Amino acid sequence: MADRQELNRNLAQMLKGGVIMDVTTPEQAKIAEQAGACAVMALERIPADIRAAGGVSRMSDPAMIKGIQAAVSIPVMAKCRIGHIAEARILEAIEIDYIDESEVLSPADDVRHIDKNKFNVPFVCGARDLGEALRRIGEGATMIRTKGEPGTGDVVQAVRHMRKMQSEIRRVVSLREDELYEAAKELAAPLDLVKYVHENGKLPVVNFAAGGVATPADAALMMELGAEGVFVGSGIFKSGDPAKRASAIVQAVTNWQDSKLLAKLSENLGPAMVGINADEIETIMEERGK
Amino acid sequence: MKVGVLSVQGAFAEMAAHWRAQGAETFEIRQLSDLDRGMDLLALPGGESTVQGKLLKDLGLFDPLKAKIDGGLPVYATCAGLILLAEKIDDPGRRDDTRPEKWFGALPVAVRRNAYGRQLGSFTMRGDFDGKHDFPMTFIRAPAITDVLSPDVEVLSTFDGAPTAVRWRNITGFTWHPELNAMA
Repeated sequence: MADRQELNRNLAQMLKGGVIMDVTTPEQAKIAEQAGACAVMALERIPADIRAAGGVSRMSDPAMIKGIQAAVSIPVMAKCRIGHIAEARILEAIEIDYIDESEVLSPADDVRHIDKNKFNVPFVCGARDLGEALRRIGEGATMIRTKGEPGTGDVVQAVRHMRKMQSEIRRVVSLREDELYEAAKELAAPLDLVKYVHENGKLPVVNFAAGGVATPADAALMMELGAEGVFVGSGIFKSGDPAKRASAIVQAVTNWQDSKLLAKLSENLGPAMVGINADEIETIMEERGK
Repeated sequence: MKVGVLSVQGAFAEMAAHWRAQGAETFEIRQLSDLDRGMDLLALPGGESTVQGKLLKDLGLFDPLKAKIDGGLPVYATCAGLILLAEKIDDPGRRDDTRPEKWFGALPVAVRRNAYGRQLGSFTMRGDFDGKHDFPMTFIRAPAITDVLSPDVEVLSTFDGAPTAVRWRNITGFTWHPELNAMA
């Protein structure tokens, strides 16, 4: 299994500097691939619609996911509910490239996450801070993303999570070695992973931003704050010109330090998703699964 | 030695670390002005070739880099980088701007993308590489070299009888990731 874990971390390394886009149809998947997505997330409803529809939200129909796998050559990811071992097994059986054990769907287990070390297929999980990230990595996640507040188009939570994680990483680096035991207790995280962060100044897996990224500027902001790539959920196919916006966000992630280029990329993209302010909503998805 | 690492998407940080560990100076190539710095070697890292190829075109990097490669600049390419160099992409499925017949077309081999299947088909092995034995090799959704199109192509490693690393004139290309393991 150690080999598999390493291979799965390696795939995430290949995705770095890229944009992973939510898609609901093979047609959208093709648009995403042509716009430069480094992977797509196949799901029946994008988070904004999940939020609007309410009710229980589950893993997507495998037939729909297979349609998207057939349409593109880039990696295809799909979401299972937090703690839903059987949904994860089904996604593994259709050879998904990455499973997102996601708070965007209704949790199946309100306490435990899946023991991801028992799977061959890789998992990405959301985290709002360092402790949460290291707990998920301890369970076998080989990629981490911020949780944001999905489906809102409001980037404020993703910023909060990324800033918190990075500042906690800097703090762990600054500690004396004999202070790491207490830090592990405070973070409620495995000691060996806290030691890794202390020695390397980063997570042992790739760390992306997710939740509320809607514009090239949002993507550049998340890269500035230390993200190694971004997930864009509702932001693309809920906007006026998805292909153009998707392509602009891809370029913004590569050249996030070039403000002149960002200005050009931000021109005439048409309406962004309308969005809802994250503090005006009732269902707080980021609270799901700690 | 000064190595320019294509850094538009993918494992460019790992590729840069790989060259720095061998004593080289590295810099990132993200846009046209980066080429002014001059280089002794161009490194093309792993990632998604569809993304890297599109960004090369969008950023105006494609033609100047092609001129340098065709002009004999040493190139070191892994996985997606090998796909960018291949003379022929032997790839089933649709063709369009992100999935063309070829990108640089500079290395006389045919490659098939994702030849071992999806992520569950990714694997590691140890084998002979360029006269070295028991060399660790990591294949991530790797391409395969399905055909060698010139007798001058030197095969450096194989898997199941097919080449997995080749050298031809100024170009060394891998289907696996030397930057993820030991030095190659």
